[in-house]
Amino acid sequence: MTIDLKTVKHISKLSRISIDDQKAKKLEKDLNSIFKWIEQLNQLNTDKVEPLTSIAETTLRLRKDQIESKNIREDILKNSPKDNKDYFVVPKVVE
Amino acid sequence: MTNLLDLSLVQLVNRIKSKDISSKEVTVTYVERSKKSKKLNSYIEETFESAFKQSEKFDMKPDFNKKLPGIPFAIKDLFCTKNVKTTASSKMLENFIPTYESTVTQNLWNEGAILLGKLNCDEFAMGSSNETSNFGNVISPIDDNLVPGGSSGGSASALAAKLTPATIGTDTGGSIRQPASFTGTVGLKPTYGSCSRYGIVAFASSLDQAGPMTRDVKDCALLLEVMSSFDPKDSTSINFKRPNYFSDLNKNIKGKKIGIPKEYRVDGMPSEIEKLWENGKEYLKDCGAEIIDISLPHTNYALPTYYIVAPAEASSNLARYDGVKYGFRADGENLIDMYEKTRSQGFGDEVKRRIMIGTYVLSSGYYDAYYLKAQKVRKLIKNDFDDAFNKVDAILTPSTPSSAFKIGDKSNDPVSMYLNDIFTVPVNLAGLPGISIPAGLDKNNYPLGLQIIGKPFDEQGILDIAYSMEEKINFKLDINDWWMK
Repeated sequence: MTIDLKTVKHISKLSRISIDDQKAKKLEKDLNSIFKWIEQLNQLNTDKVEPLTSIAETTLRLRKDQIESKNIREDILKNSPKDNKDYFVVPKVVE
Repeated sequence: MTNLLDLSLVQLVNRIKSKDISSKEVTVTYVERSKKSKKLNSYIEETFESAFKQSEKFDMKPDFNKKLPGIPFAIKDLFCTKNVKTTASSKMLENFIPTYESTVTQNLWNEGAILLGKLNCDEFAMGSSNETSNFGNVISPIDDNLVPGGSSGGSASALAAKLTPATIGTDTGGSIRQPASFTGTVGLKPTYGSCSRYGIVAFASSLDQAGPMTRDVKDCALLLEVMSSFDPKDSTSINFKRPNYFSDLNKNIKGKKIGIPKEYRVDGMPSEIEKLWENGKEYLKDCGAEIIDISLPHTNYALPTYYIVAPAEASSNLARYDGVKYGFRADGENLIDMYEKTRSQGFGDEVKRRIMIGTYVLSSGYYDAYYLKAQKVRKLIKNDFDDAFNKVDAILTPSTPSSAFKIGDKSNDPVSMYLNDIFTVPVNLAGLPGISIPAGLDKNNYPLGLQIIGKPFDEQGILDIAYSMEEKINFKLDINDWWMK
């Protein structure tokens, strides 16, 4: 299966990464060589194999539903690229 | 008096405990050398002043019951350190100052260790040569223009150049063991669930593990003992009885069965690596171990499986870098435009490539063909190891298919770069512990490593085997400090 330029642009859209035409062409080449190499997996018949989703075969632990960190608003906002001391600020979403 | 820099971690600990030397002396010695070693580009952030203060504080009121009393450590910049910049070598996080501490680093500080600084690595740990860092290539102290390996390249370079007595790295597909092999040092990737992932910048969560990188096996056992702990903050942390890896370390491996997987004899493997492997077998026999030929039939499929699973998890983990709550933000005309520009400008090329591979294999219509297929093959790979461990106690392989390469040699061909991790990746896919130890030199006098793979939670077993082999191998590497001249 080959990945064309249109698909590259679609993936870039899904990934929320804008790319220019030059980058898209380079990626088309890279992705095709990577996926051509990945296709060798199709040599294996895996019809009767259960997928391995996690190495740690344990069920997830539940924790008590109680608050452990309090009054950390400043900490949380400390690294924000833009804020007004109470909230994260983003470009306007609703007109 | 012997040079402080020549002491191993364990020797340093003993000398501090016997009050022969102070924490301040050790710290000053390492800081001075680090300052003269900028050419290697192994540090991203230096915390020398605060290290001095902490060492003075330690010396005023020393606690010699600690396992790492007043020992300075530079560590990979993938571990979040409270109030100290943590970048994951990415522009995306170039100004990120965590307000919390990773569990593994906290374990180090709890035992008396002192932070010297943060070490360069591949961006978000995605790379095998430290060439994807936003803060430039790291140079190996072995030779000018040589890569230290990756992704824990800054860690390996700093360790081999004696800019830190020991260090820690992370390993998703070989990122501890491959750079250790390239720089003549020891690196261990623990069983998945052994060291907490809390506070480590996430790459591929089902594969990521932190581990020690040290000058010798004894140091490795000591550091693993400090790092490994059950942590409720990591949902996949496993609560098992952790041995005292250091005090239990021994060379009695008589009667142990060691498997040699025929599939690791790959096409085009240099004869010197073949020879290294043969020597390894002989050393093991000398120690009383039994060598058994085994088969891991799906070995060839491990890398393509990894390059579906790891990017898929990465694309999901890295979705958080959207410019909203922390990290880099580029201005945009609207919210979507801001996301797209932020991620386009904030991530480097390899990271973008992997996010896009991951997004593609998880996208509608391709999920079954790629992602589900890879998870099934991952199961087959794990089954191979399960079957092998019915017959043997551990497995011996080379750590890498070649020695270190020059900067720029592989950076234009992603697949050839990925092939570097052919012997290390299966271990991550199966969640097993693996250790790389220096075992010889190639024709250029570049180090080569051997890898010992163990059963789940049998870190002690592989440490003991490594400890026995280390004595027989008697690896010596002279580094002439060329970068300081």
